[in-house]
Amino acid sequence: MLDDFFFRALIAGVGVAIVAAPLGCFVVWRRLAYFGDTLSHAALLGVALAFLLELNITLAVFLVCAGVAVALVLLQRRATLSSDSLLGLLAHAALALGLVALAFMSSVRIDLMGFLFGDILAVSKFDILTIYLGGIGVLIVLAVVWHGLFAATVNPELAEAEGMRPHRSNLIFVLLMATVIAISMKIVGVLLITALLIIPAATARRFASGPEQMAVLAALFGAAAVVGGLFGSLNWDTPSGPSIVVAAVIFFVISLSPLAGLLRPKTERIKGETP
Amino acid sequence: MSVGSSALVTLENAGLEASGKWLVRGVDLTVDRGEIVTLIGPNGSGKSTTAKMALGVMKPTEGSAKRSAQLNIGYVPQRITVDWTLPLNVRRFMSLTRRIPSQSAHEALEMTGVAHLAEAEVRTLSGGEFQRVLLARALARKPDLLVLDEPVQGVDYTGEIALYELISRIRETLNCGILLISHDLHVVMAATNRVICLNGHVCCNGTPDVVVESDEYRRLFGDRAAAAIAIYRHDHDHTHLPDGRVRHADGSITDHCHPDDGHHAHEAVAADGDEGRHA
Ligand SMILES: Nc1ncnc2c1ncn2[C@@H]1O[C@H](COP(=O)(O)OP(=O)(O)OP(=O)(O)O)[C@@H](O)[C@H]1O
Ligand SMILES: [Mg+2]
Ligand SMILES: [Zn+2]
Ligand SMILES: [Zn+2]
Ligand SMILES: [Zn+2]
Repeated sequence: MLDDFFFRALIAGVGVAIVAAPLGCFVVWRRLAYFGDTLSHAALLGVALAFLLELNITLAVFLVCAGVAVALVLLQRRATLSSDSLLGLLAHAALALGLVALAFMSSVRIDLMGFLFGDILAVSKFDILTIYLGGIGVLIVLAVVWHGLFAATVNPELAEAEGMRPHRSNLIFVLLMATVIAISMKIVGVLLITALLIIPAATARRFASGPEQMAVLAALFGAAAVVGGLFGSLNWDTPSGPSIVVAAVIFFVISLSPLAGLLRPKTERIKGETP
Repeated sequence: MSVGSSALVTLENAGLEASGKWLVRGVDLTVDRGEIVTLIGPNGSGKSTTAKMALGVMKPTEGSAKRSAQLNIGYVPQRITVDWTLPLNVRRFMSLTRRIPSQSAHEALEMTGVAHLAEAEVRTLSGGEFQRVLLARALARKPDLLVLDEPVQGVDYTGEIALYELISRIRETLNCGILLISHDLHVVMAATNRVICLNGHVCCNGTPDVVVESDEYRRLFGDRAAAAIAIYRHDHDHTHLPDGRVRHADGSITDHCHPDDGHHAHEAVAADGDEGRHA
């Protein structure tokens, strides 16, 4: 079955969605959408670097994203500069630089659209292996740091005072982000990775009564969006990334409708009745 | 005061400078096992900053902060905001920094009077309810050192007395040290062993007067409250002027003030003879 390109894309896409969802929850909780954009836009620089140095693309993207992520974390720890504009500047600088660098490499034929918007035809068996090995690694590390990372998200000072290591958790978190961006680039493309991270998480928010539950629900919504989006992409010959994001947005809109309200956790609604 | 092994946390001449300004300076403080130390002072006087240096969240720029090894800390910060994107109920919040058995969590919530809110979303709690949840969470850790930054803010008056009683009971059962920050300049917890009065530096320190012994106060506060609270009498040898400068007993006015700036009687015997030593 893996010989069918569409099936390969499905397997890869669902894997990516499941890994991206729990990280996406943290992106939502910590309001890091800009940060995610900066990292994923920097991925294009990684692609250029891979062609230049003849490296594995996923590895090169990971290295560039990880470098940018760690630099940003260290910068923000002392920053007085508004991080919003700093990130916006960096994101677009990285994107523009990557595009210019790739344009210079006219000797190699590069499918730029594929990198920007994802390409289901491009998923190889090796990509699936990379996604699942990398993805399982990310999930294991995330499970280990989950408790500390969540505490640091709620209140870093409280976490640190009570013996946790919020700075270390943050650093691990951004490295996990870099990994997810590297492995999901082929499916969704650099421009829309943040959407895949945050839209399923935002959809899950309305139905979740706890952080762990929200992560699991987000994974389900993400996987459903990938399946729906890829079928759409196949049907209408649209690029896979935007199709997946459109499917995710449709789920989100449905979650806002009154019908979905019936599925919400009871605790919030009966809160007023407690003595 | 006892030095050595029983001190849970010790600040020595600790000060913190941020963006070219001293937030607080020259703080000496120890909290021993079984001891309650209360920090008081006006807004912006450096109480929370001092607590954060004691907790290790902020590193002193000057002086030192030492904690005993393997110290289990329970912390009630002055302010926590829980983002609405975070689905977080009280039960999960209790295990924020360490997993707490549900029995202990329930007991702690019961002690602070909010056990019925275990399933409520944290961000929907009222100010006083949340304060009680914060205190319960810190207690449930069975800490060696409790750091409480204005733990009774927003709690009604009878609730405040009840929480003070609870805090002194906790000290007995856990035999922990407690660093308590209070916004009240004159009324402190009766169980307080020592009061440190801050205003960018230590202005004065001492022990409070027990209210329960005075008939007048008992009439004023009621029997139960009178047993839970005490009056602190300040003993300042200097005055803080509205512009932030300090006037000493010897008449000199300086921008900053610290214990050995030469204007304080306790270290210079002839405090009134050294005018002009200070620029
Ligand atoms: N990170 C910081 N950078 C610069 N100044 C700060 C910082 N944190 C606090 N301050 C300043 O330090 C001073 C002391 O703050 P702190 O929070 O310790 O006061 P406080 O005694 O707890 O006051 P309150 O009673 O209002 O809680 C304040 O003037 C505050 O503006
Ligand atoms: Mg304070
Ligand atoms: Zn003073
Ligand atoms: Zn005083
Ligand atoms: Zn002085």
